[in-house]
Amino acid sequence: MIDLDRADTILYAQIVEKVPSALKCIMCGACSAACTVSNHTDFSFRQCHILFRRGQFNNLASELDKCMLCGKCNLVCPQGVNTRAVISSMRLVLLDMNNRNITL
Amino acid sequence: MEIKKQYWNEYQKEIAQDDYFYERSCIRQTFFPGSEATFLKILREELGKKIVDDPKIHTCTGIGYHSDIVPFDTTMAICARLFSLMNGAGLKNYVPSCVTSFGIFNEVLETWKHHPEELEKTRENLRKATGREFEVPENIAHPSDIIYNFRKELKLKMKYSLVNKETGNPLKVVEHIGCHYSKIFSEKSIGGTEFPHVLAGMIEEWGGEVVDYPERRHCCGFGFRNYLVMANRGYSVANSRKKFESMKPYKPDFIVSNCPGCAMFMDRWQYTIAEMEDITYDDKGKGIPVLTYEEMTGMLLGYNPWDIGMQVHQVQTESLLDKIGIEYDPQDKYVGVSGTFLGEPEKPTNLGV
Amino acid sequence: MSEKKIIIIGGGPAGLEAAYHLARQNYNVVLFEKDSETGGHIKKDLRLFPDFADASQVRKELSDRIIQPNIEIKTGICINELVQEGNQWCVKSDNNTVVYGDAVLLATGFETFDARRKEELGYGIYNNIITSVEFEEKLKEGKILTTEGNTPQRIAFLNCVGSRDEKTGNHYCSRVCCVNGVKLAISFKELYPSSEAYLFYIDMRMNGQQYEELYRTSQQKYGVTFIRGRISEAAATFDHKIQLKSEDTLAGLPLKITVDLLVLMVGMESSLSTKLLAGQNDIRGNYGFAESLGLNRSDYRTKKEGLFLAGTCKRPLSFQETIADAGAAAVQIMDYLKSIK
Repeated sequence: MIDLDRADTILYAQIVEKVPSALKCIMCGACSAACTVSNHTDFSFRQCHILFRRGQFNNLASELDKCMLCGKCNLVCPQGVNTRAVISSMRLVLLDMNNRNITL
Repeated sequence: MEIKKQYWNEYQKEIAQDDYFYERSCIRQTFFPGSEATFLKILREELGKKIVDDPKIHTCTGIGYHSDIVPFDTTMAICARLFSLMNGAGLKNYVPSCVTSFGIFNEVLETWKHHPEELEKTRENLRKATGREFEVPENIAHPSDIIYNFRKELKLKMKYSLVNKETGNPLKVVEHIGCHYSKIFSEKSIGGTEFPHVLAGMIEEWGGEVVDYPERRHCCGFGFRNYLVMANRGYSVANSRKKFESMKPYKPDFIVSNCPGCAMFMDRWQYTIAEMEDITYDDKGKGIPVLTYEEMTGMLLGYNPWDIGMQVHQVQTESLLDKIGIEYDPQDKYVGVSGTFLGEPEKPTNLGV
Repeated sequence: MSEKKIIIIGGGPAGLEAAYHLARQNYNVVLFEKDSETGGHIKKDLRLFPDFADASQVRKELSDRIIQPNIEIKTGICINELVQEGNQWCVKSDNNTVVYGDAVLLATGFETFDARRKEELGYGIYNNIITSVEFEEKLKEGKILTTEGNTPQRIAFLNCVGSRDEKTGNHYCSRVCCVNGVKLAISFKELYPSSEAYLFYIDMRMNGQQYEELYRTSQQKYGVTFIRGRISEAAATFDHKIQLKSEDTLAGLPLKITVDLLVLMVGMESSLSTKLLAGQNDIRGNYGFAESLGLNRSDYRTKKEGLFLAGTCKRPLSFQETIADAGAAAVQIMDYLKSIK
């Protein structure tokens, strides 16, 4: 259950700081439809993005590792979100938290 | 609040006035031994009603049906046999003690209404299995409906009310409605699904104040399919825990329920959670007393608490009895009907008694 | 100056716009409005979507324009009977008004859905649950406070209350709540930038000019959080906040959140006047709205000759659409009046 009274939704502000266009995302799924990795696995960038927004970080870092950084998502986003930057910054923020032994 | 009362008016159903056929619950008397006898006493002695307590009664298969062990055809035939027993007593008003049973009968009747061929098939099955014929009841009411219906008459006979003797304030009561009573067929529940009134009406009539807390509508977790499987029991208990945590800030004086399983859960799991985590949901470390509606009614009518079975609760009820000012003999608590001392139960480690 | 007279029932945007155009072409108009002032529902608005135009100013323009010698404005009169007598139309009110005309324009508008009918949402039962109409009234006062007098740290809007809902009998979409909700969320964030705003939706129907851009702005500039999911129940907590249960369908997980204020985006229903007068003339359509002769080519005429329709008495429409609708109806009425003797 997403408990918005307890989940850490503030961490997303770090993503927005690096990638302001992330806020334009309307979760349409064009990105995950075009995604190379989605052809072979259950990986969904759209889902990772929304889980990060809602503070659900369970397993998220390992999921994000599946991204091949090919950039196809960037080509199709109707809102002009810099999707590659979003996924990179999500990985960096989670890695940073991990390195500093902060449990999310 | 006034608007709540308006909804209750929309969901009013017809409750039979007299001549009841009582169906006892399978397991209820194990947890709350006095409740069914108390109900019969109230109906016969306080209200002067006719209610038949047939010893040939058997299960409605609710447990089996809801655990996917008993197929619906069997359930329908067994319910039909119960109706046949009712016909045999010359009665038309069916009163099942258990809330799951109440749900089963409504489900069976609703099925027969929409699929008359099922009714015919059931007639044939019953005839072949037992040689019996049956007629469908005119009215199905849960015993809590009946007490609700006569709450004003019963109030006139009550020695006590749901008021704190010392402060003069109404007691704060959490009422918990069994899911099968109100959530399956809204129109069969007094007050509907969102704001059921059957217990709230009793509480308010008898001087108490109903507590509305965020998880009021949440299930207690006693779904057979989950609870019967030991591996799922934690999940089951977690539902009750969610409710306890939600009601705690309101400091309720007691909990009342109209479902046998729910009352058992709310009572037992306070003990379990206390032993496991040393947490209780009142401020004295003794837990919040849990009553069945029959116990609540009987207690206010002045029946001896030990006669109606309040000594076998997991969470001890003396704190509530003292708050209301009910007289009882502590020495008599574990003395049986024959006058012999039955022995005091072992005390829990964490839950205060 | 023509001797022909048109009766307009309803002094909201549709009635006001039609009255103006008819009067300019020298027809005589008598306009009935049941309220003490003309303007209809936009009297309650602070700003109109999508451009945040000043609602009082727009309303003033509409109302001032009809101060003309050939428009009779009769406010505070509720028409309760509309009947055709020969080639004339007659309207009556309960205070003994009787007026005859050559044609009638029904512009009796809409009413908002009664949120008490969705009892699981707790409207009228718990504190701090209000409708979008009440929220707009608070915006007019310049502050949004909880019933305890506090600034809301967290507010939630719920779309489609009484619309797209089989349980209430209203299957249709009320057309404006999506964009209106975005407007209200932005208005809230303008007043309280550090508070959080959540909007629960099924679809975001941003179907007008500038609507989609407004949606984008609400996310990008104001940080409104959109959650795709219905709210199944609203319950009061110990400190008078509201606990909501939902599902975030895009994340695929159940969701729970406690907010200080819940705003219900109530839909549009046919007004009592529309139902009554349409019913009297056999033009009552689906959901009690007034039914025109045909959506594509005859949307202003009805099966009764001389009886015309404009605005939200037909279906949910935005303000801009209502104004356009009323102008077109006025032209149809003029054509009709020229054709009769």
